[in-house]
Amino acid sequence: MGFLKKKTGIYYMVNFMLGTLLFFVLLISINTKTISWSDTGIIILICINVTLAASLNLVTGILGQLVLGHAGFMLVGAYAASLFTLHSGLPLAIAFPIGLLLSGIVAAMFGVVIGLPALRLRGDYLAIITLGFGEIIRVVANNLKITNGAMGLSGMESLSSRRNPSPMFIYAYVIAIVVVILMFTFGRSRHGRAVISIREDEIASESMGINTTYYKLFAFVFAAFIAGVAGGIYAHHYGMIDPSKFDFNRSVEILIMVVLGGMGSITGSVISATVLTLLSERLRDFSEYRMILYATILILVMLFKPSGLLGRYEISIPKLAGKLYRRIANRKPHSETGGAE
Amino acid sequence: MDFITQVINGLGLGSIYALVALGYSMVYGIVQLINFAHGDIIMVGGYSVYLVMVIYGLPVWVAIPVSIIVCALAGMLIERVAYHRLLIHNAARISLLITALGVSIFLQNLFMLIFGSDPKSMPTIFPAELIKLGSLELASSTVINIVVSVLMMMGLQLLVDKSKIGKAMQATSEDAGAAKLMGINTNKVVLMTFAIGSALAAVGAVLYSNTYPQIKPDMGNLLGIKAFIAAVLGGIGSIPGAMLGGYILGVAESLTKAYISTTLTDAVVFGILILMLLVKPSGLMGKNRKEKV
Repeated sequence: MGFLKKKTGIYYMVNFMLGTLLFFVLLISINTKTISWSDTGIIILICINVTLAASLNLVTGILGQLVLGHAGFMLVGAYAASLFTLHSGLPLAIAFPIGLLLSGIVAAMFGVVIGLPALRLRGDYLAIITLGFGEIIRVVANNLKITNGAMGLSGMESLSSRRNPSPMFIYAYVIAIVVVILMFTFGRSRHGRAVISIREDEIASESMGINTTYYKLFAFVFAAFIAGVAGGIYAHHYGMIDPSKFDFNRSVEILIMVVLGGMGSITGSVISATVLTLLSERLRDFSEYRMILYATILILVMLFKPSGLLGRYEISIPKLAGKLYRRIANRKPHSETGGAE
Repeated sequence: MDFITQVINGLGLGSIYALVALGYSMVYGIVQLINFAHGDIIMVGGYSVYLVMVIYGLPVWVAIPVSIIVCALAGMLIERVAYHRLLIHNAARISLLITALGVSIFLQNLFMLIFGSDPKSMPTIFPAELIKLGSLELASSTVINIVVSVLMMMGLQLLVDKSKIGKAMQATSEDAGAAKLMGINTNKVVLMTFAIGSALAAVGAVLYSNTYPQIKPDMGNLLGIKAFIAAVLGGIGSIPGAMLGGYILGVAESLTKAYISTTLTDAVVFGILILMLLVKPSGLMGKNRKEKV
């Protein structure tokens, strides 16, 4: 970690510790039933959405390409994992992690097939090709025998039960945290810097010797892999899936989490995924207006703050605490009433 | 004979794609924006025909001009409200795309709120008859589609080649900065492009609701994607290319429906796009533009 300033390293450690602390607090409250069964479900959904938003942010924020079919990769992953756990005959505790890995791999393969033709070129082909993919994979899943058509698959067992409510939460939370850390460190790694340079100026980065197709495809397939895994968790969390669960609106929902939080800000995605998931759970009665509201937010944010609310700013709790502390410490000599902020 | 009938039916369907593809192609050629809302303009056109004919009970010859005017105005309004600010500030492409997406979702859900999400059945626009050509039996809608789309394309080509605004459009798509220096009001050109493209979409909407007498708020989604695929297939920015792409797509779809599987048509269309991007990304009739730094 020589390239890190010492302070930054400590900040990362503190943030990581806080994430771990939150994990244990939630885990204990779930196990002691302080958090109800249905609220646990919402927390798992938040973790899934954080995972999805962070992975989409890799492509939309860090690479700067629009993906409109993230739900399609979720669908592929959900079906892959479900089919595996339903038919493998292994005990669930073993089949589930293998199924998750498999769902990621299958989604990544789809990512290569549709990403390669679009990302070789400059321009916005990825947007339209993923949009088409998202729509058409649903039609295909609606008509194939193995996916059981529009009825979808059911009978996937969740690892959690009312008696032991935490295993699903552990999976969802750990995967979400790992993905967030991966995305955060990726943006600061050698590969990540190459991807950022493509976002800033594709021609210039190509002339600096960066293999643009490779890096673009890498980021996109990486995101597809994670979306597939998230789909796998989603399928086993709900126990039943059908193609209509992964429609275009779902993709838009993930996109708006990224756009609202800030394109390029992973912590922004985490926050907006959490807030929007909670909001849409609480505002079920207004679901007719939800998409109109989302659309209006998309347009307004793009018109007045095109990089999203947080932009590329990353929130770091110790950094904020440090700022606050210095502000209070600086004020003290001037006035006695300071520090009320 | 059956094969030929299928091909001609495909051409009929392709004509609708072609008309919509023209709008995509024109807008893309001038502002390099995939106007996701273009598919939904068709929906707006469809609903305005429905409104005029069913709710107000007026005849066809009122409904068609009304729908064309409504769509052209809607196109201009969208450009002014949603895109204009970003275009003049030279915003990042991804911002424009997200805005376009927002407009598309907004329109769809607005119409879903107003008219409900269930499909509405359309009244007959042109009387449906079987036309016999030798041993071929064709639906009148197919023939109307083909004839109208060819006429529209010729009209548009003429407009772009001969009229002042058409030449301004060509200049703007070639080099917007230079066009501005030559005294062309590029803002007006962009606005006109949206108006013409949307008017063509309205014609497409009339033909669509004549062929498949049913409209629903999300009908523009798949139609829009396919039309864009047609535009890419023919070479984006080229008028005859968009037409050709539309026809090819329509025929491919119709043949898949007849000989392979009705459910896989969309997947086949999508496969065509992937193949085209791999083999010849500039499209069948597109020019290979060099990028200047």
